[in-house]
Amino acid sequence: MSEENIISVHNLSKVFGDFTAVNTISFDVKKGEIFGFLGANGAGKTTAMKMLIGISKPSSGDAIVAGFDVKTQSEMVKKSIGYMSQKFSMYDDLTIKENITFFGGIYGLSKVQIKEKTKKLIEELQLEAVASKLVGSLPLGWKQKLAFSVALLHEPKIVFLDEPTGGVDPITRRQFWEMIYAEAHKGTTLFVTTHYMDEAEYCDRVSIMVEGKIEALDTPKNLKKQYNVDSMNAVFLKLARNIE
Amino acid sequence: MSIQVQNISKSYQNNLAVNALTFEVKEGELFGLIGPDGAGKTTLFRILTTLLLANEGTATVAGFDVVKDYKSIRSVVGYMPGKFSLYQDLTIEENLNFFATIFGTKLEENYDLIKDIYVQIEPFKKRRAGKLSGGMKQKLALCCALIHKPKVLFLDEPTTGVDPVSRKEFWEMLKRLQQKGITILVSTPYMDEAALCDRIALIQKGSILKIDTPDQIIQNYDKTIYDVQSKNTHQLLHDLKNYPTQYSVFAFGEFIHYIDKNEAFNSDELENYLKEKGHQELVIKKSKTTIEDVFMDLTNLKQ
Amino acid sequence: MKRFIGFVTKEFYHIFRDKRSMFILFGMPIAQIMLFGFAITNEINNVNIAILDQSKDNETHKIINKISASPYFHIEQEINSEAQIESIFKKGKVKAVLVFQNNFIKDLQTKKQAKVQIITDATDPNIANTITNYINAILQNYLLENNAINQPNYQIQTQTQLYYNPELKSVFTFVPGVMTVILMLVSAMMTSISITREKELGTMEILLVSPLNPLQVILGKVFPYIFLSVINAIVIVTLGVFVFGMPVQGSLFLLALESILFIITALSLGILISTVSNSQQTAMMLSLMGLMLPVIILSGFIFPISSMPLPLQIISNIIPAKWFIIIIKAIMLKGATIQIIWKETLILIGMTLFFIGLSIKKYKIRLE
Repeated sequence: MSEENIISVHNLSKVFGDFTAVNTISFDVKKGEIFGFLGANGAGKTTAMKMLIGISKPSSGDAIVAGFDVKTQSEMVKKSIGYMSQKFSMYDDLTIKENITFFGGIYGLSKVQIKEKTKKLIEELQLEAVASKLVGSLPLGWKQKLAFSVALLHEPKIVFLDEPTGGVDPITRRQFWEMIYAEAHKGTTLFVTTHYMDEAEYCDRVSIMVEGKIEALDTPKNLKKQYNVDSMNAVFLKLARNIE
Repeated sequence: MSIQVQNISKSYQNNLAVNALTFEVKEGELFGLIGPDGAGKTTLFRILTTLLLANEGTATVAGFDVVKDYKSIRSVVGYMPGKFSLYQDLTIEENLNFFATIFGTKLEENYDLIKDIYVQIEPFKKRRAGKLSGGMKQKLALCCALIHKPKVLFLDEPTTGVDPVSRKEFWEMLKRLQQKGITILVSTPYMDEAALCDRIALIQKGSILKIDTPDQIIQNYDKTIYDVQSKNTHQLLHDLKNYPTQYSVFAFGEFIHYIDKNEAFNSDELENYLKEKGHQELVIKKSKTTIEDVFMDLTNLKQ
Repeated sequence: MKRFIGFVTKEFYHIFRDKRSMFILFGMPIAQIMLFGFAITNEINNVNIAILDQSKDNETHKIINKISASPYFHIEQEINSEAQIESIFKKGKVKAVLVFQNNFIKDLQTKKQAKVQIITDATDPNIANTITNYINAILQNYLLENNAINQPNYQIQTQTQLYYNPELKSVFTFVPGVMTVILMLVSAMMTSISITREKELGTMEILLVSPLNPLQVILGKVFPYIFLSVINAIVIVTLGVFVFGMPVQGSLFLLALESILFIITALSLGILISTVSNSQQTAMMLSLMGLMLPVIILSGFIFPISSMPLPLQIISNIIPAKWFIIIIKAIMLKGATIQIIWKETLILIGMTLFFIGLSIKKYKIRLE
């Protein structure tokens, strides 16, 4: 982890009609950091994330992602990041190889590169036996691991992971996090949302959003100290109670 | 017995979703089915709520057979499916009234039962369900499932995707309902919720790994788990996995849970090994076993 | 009964709160009627024609006056030779040329038969056809008048049969057509969508795990649409009659009964579609491809069945809409009674019973 900021958000807001989904949030994410982005449903996490990945225009404020302004250079932002979500990750009716080729193609990889990467990726995930099977037939855990690798195909500087481990069994969840660690180790920045509070502990720093605002942002250790509790779950509960 | 499941199997095409399950739920019990997506929880719920026919085996709910007496079951059980299943374009009040009429009752009739929950959403009763927050939707869905005072309540992953605060409130509500004599079968992928049930079945890939009270399951676990922590978690995971006598290594919140193969394991040796590897701020201590540890160990053994 | 009313009330909430379905229900019938009535019309008005009168006698003058007095034609010019015909067509000034042969009056009086040639610009075949029919009609009219007054022994040579629509008013075909399409759309598509929506939302699971029996669910789903379809039928007939002058020769009561029968046919089709589809999208596609297209193309609404190739003519028999169009045309235009249309009515009843039977057989009391 270096001191260089790869995401820099300043007073970012998003307003839908008379509803403020994201209310002047500001934070920085450092290069190579695993940044946990937590909050209840409807707290504005997804809206904020959409602005950062360049698919939703901010109502006001600024955000620089990988050196590009999300307002004016959203195409460049999209090129420098990877994205994976629980809801959509890959095409169920394409095989593993076809999915990799397709996503490699849309990120502008050459044929040779795609071929090399496909081989490497399938080896790493030990998917040789099922490489020609439809993604839809894979267990959820495998699918998510594969989707994560695919999001990394074009070697993005930042990867956004939207609830990547929802519903996944405990062992696969941990294997997934080991992949995240390994990627962070290579210098990639990981921006992660999750509902599992134990996973919040795995992050270098965590922000907690409540009703459109970031109410807490620090390392898990400091947050626990600050709220004088022993788990992130308790931090979350205390924080919500304070707001109410 | 409120629910009796005998050797129930169900497959889709060639996929065995539920594999010869057998268990019982006592009257007034809060019984949890704990397992990840794809464990077969929803399939089992649908068989018990008469929505699906099993390929093999028999089951009764509140004394009725799930195949023959499906009509009787349908009027005595309450069911909350996994997806949020209320009419988004109807208000809270309209949803409740609708479900009351189709069950041939009125909101007032069993008001006692839902009062605690209803008062929390009552201020918004003119608001459409689609405009409610996740926690409120969930409360409304629970009210609707309770409106006819069911004998048995089926809740399929009621807390999935819900924030910790709402989850906590939800479990408190379930505890109160249980005191009113309702049998509750609930499923969840969150292992930490297991401790809140009277008894649980750990379920993975259609099979039950273990059935017991959460305390018994933890007490009967014979391995010793150590919490290990250092400044560099990623490196620590790597080094622990390379330790010759390691049995399992899993990240677990702020610690890593380490289990050794040897019963005569000495943590000092491990500490020395890790210090040699250059770990700083090293912590090694005995850990408290959780349901998740047991679950991981059981699934690991199976593979 | 209370359950049923509760269910129907809920359905009405859904319908009235969804702008899209409100538009399909009420905007569409009116928009379609207006479109067909005003825009897509086969009628002609003030069409420019030319006359080549090689006889120049009293009778040809009478006929020419009659034509120019009609609102449909404007006599752009009189030409003198056949050679001019092509050039004026090319200039696009006129759509038709009416040619009277030499000795028109003489032929009429001696041979009791005279020749008139209608040359039309057939680049637009529909208009050409209509023009020919209109001129024919005027000629017939002239002959009829003449025979009645002076020369009862003149014989009518060209027999154009335009009994029920002497002015070839297209309103007479499109009102029944639009009514059929709308009733099909509202009844079949809207019910199938509303049933599959419950499946998609997951609320069907809760409805199934309730004391409601499946028949009650279906009836509750269908009832609001019977009601709304009847309103639609009334709106369409009223617009047809008062805005476009469509006659209703037969019994209104019979018309209403037959319409309700067709609505039920369409609803049973809608239920059938919903039993085989699991998403609103599938239901919509099935309704559009499986129902709307055949209704529009094969029912005789737009393309006459008699001019279709034989296989299509045979297929058209299984389209309920075909029979309904025959029935309402007969009632509205010919004043037919049940004695005349009982056969078609029986066919519709048969089809309806078949669809209902099939949907009951296909309806699942469980999820699969």
